[in-house]
Amino acid sequence: MAAGFKTAEPLEYHRSFLKENCRPDGRELGEFRTTTLNIGSISTADGSALVKIGNTTVICGIKGELASPPTETPSKGYIVPNVDLPPLCSSRFRPGPPGEQAQAASQFVADVIESSEVIQGEDLCIEKGKLCWVLYCDIMCLDYDGNLLDACLVALVSALENVQLPEVTISKETDLAEVNMDKKRHLNIAKHPIGSSFAVFDDSIVIVDPTAEEESLSTAMMTVVTDEDDRLCTLYKPGGTSLSGEKLQDCISRAVTRNREVSKLINTVIQSVKPQK
Amino acid sequence: MEVDVQSTLTLREFGCEQNLLSRPDGSSSFVQGDSSVLAGVYGPAEVKVNKEIYDRATLEVVIHPKSGPPGVRERAREQCVRETCEAALLSSLHPRSSLSLVLQVVHDDGSLLACCLNAACMALMDAGLPMGCLFCGVTCAIDQEGQIITDPSAQQEKNSRAVLTFAIDSAQRRVMMSTTKGSFSVNELQQCIAVSQKASEKIFQFYRDSVKRRYSKTL
Repeated sequence: MAAGFKTAEPLEYHRSFLKENCRPDGRELGEFRTTTLNIGSISTADGSALVKIGNTTVICGIKGELASPPTETPSKGYIVPNVDLPPLCSSRFRPGPPGEQAQAASQFVADVIESSEVIQGEDLCIEKGKLCWVLYCDIMCLDYDGNLLDACLVALVSALENVQLPEVTISKETDLAEVNMDKKRHLNIAKHPIGSSFAVFDDSIVIVDPTAEEESLSTAMMTVVTDEDDRLCTLYKPGGTSLSGEKLQDCISRAVTRNREVSKLINTVIQSVKPQK
Repeated sequence: MEVDVQSTLTLREFGCEQNLLSRPDGSSSFVQGDSSVLAGVYGPAEVKVNKEIYDRATLEVVIHPKSGPPGVRERAREQCVRETCEAALLSSLHPRSSLSLVLQVVHDDGSLLACCLNAACMALMDAGLPMGCLFCGVTCAIDQEGQIITDPSAQQEKNSRAVLTFAIDSAQRRVMMSTTKGSFSVNELQQCIAVSQKASEKIFQFYRDSVKRRYSKTL
């Protein structure tokens, strides 16, 4: 009976739960799904991480390449993020060139990297004007069940923490780069931007961490990204119905607590993968 | 918290012309200082079967940059403009039909997304599409000293610490859309929203004046 009701009137079905301050999957309105994290899942990448938020699964692999720095910023390396939503992850995505959502997500991740200054560009520079690192961060969604942006950011930050780059020196005699594979070091991650996504139902009810179904029924979406100093890096709300100031403030407070939770998770996982001595 | 709004609130010279193209159902050009955007709206028209939505109209937004093909940045902007317009339009009055909004950037001198939103709103108005409320775009920049500059030019945006763009609705003056660049505190965000809400009043007054001017000739 309930299944029939859900199929025929999905919005009414959700409303009847929201009225009782809970959601069809048993969560409260302000509750995130279980987040699990696995670091170093891809052995051939320089850094990688697999994140699951409920059913949503996102994997991030980072590849470091040597390149000459851009002429306008000769002392900075750079990061190139790319978000891929293959047809594998949901029936809503078709094969072919990346759709609007994938492109918007890529731009969002690029904006967060730039706004939060996750890594100082200078740290990626090997020799000014000559050689620097480029980090290609490929983020791929394996299972799409809503809240893609949060998962992408957790995957990105954890994978960056996992990156180990070999030491590179430019030899004086030959003027060529020499890569010392035996000496590897971690990156210096300056900031940990973590996002929290919200969906607005019927212009007034705000729920966190929406599933794909809740996303499609909601009237607006919003993602708040904060760093560990409680500063906002991004407040991304691509349209939809308007939100009052108080609701916005609630969302920001929730995002700040979420940041603490996720930072703790990332730290625990990093500690657990460190080789025991 | 006291917000000193009056001292910081300056907008560049605005300009708007509606119904300047003959082919689209609604068109407008919007000028903010040296930033300029041309908008055209087609529809309601027949919709492709695969894009048909059974209970409302399908809105497509295309942004053409001044030079070169549209890139990822334009896609992200298109998404912002489309979802803002969808929230303002009463698209359930035209089910199974298509609306398309084309925005051509004529010149970019900062606050471009805000200018696109304003041009879009004026074009939708010109097309006579039913809307629940109007909306306007406001860009705020926070400079190195923490001063808020509304409607910044490209140079001001470049020198600033953070740039925030909001879409404000005319009914309740609340935030419909928000995208930001750079990091800022919660307090600064609240101030920027307050400033944008004040600025939106000026912009809605400008809308009113320019529409009045246009119809004063025909009535």
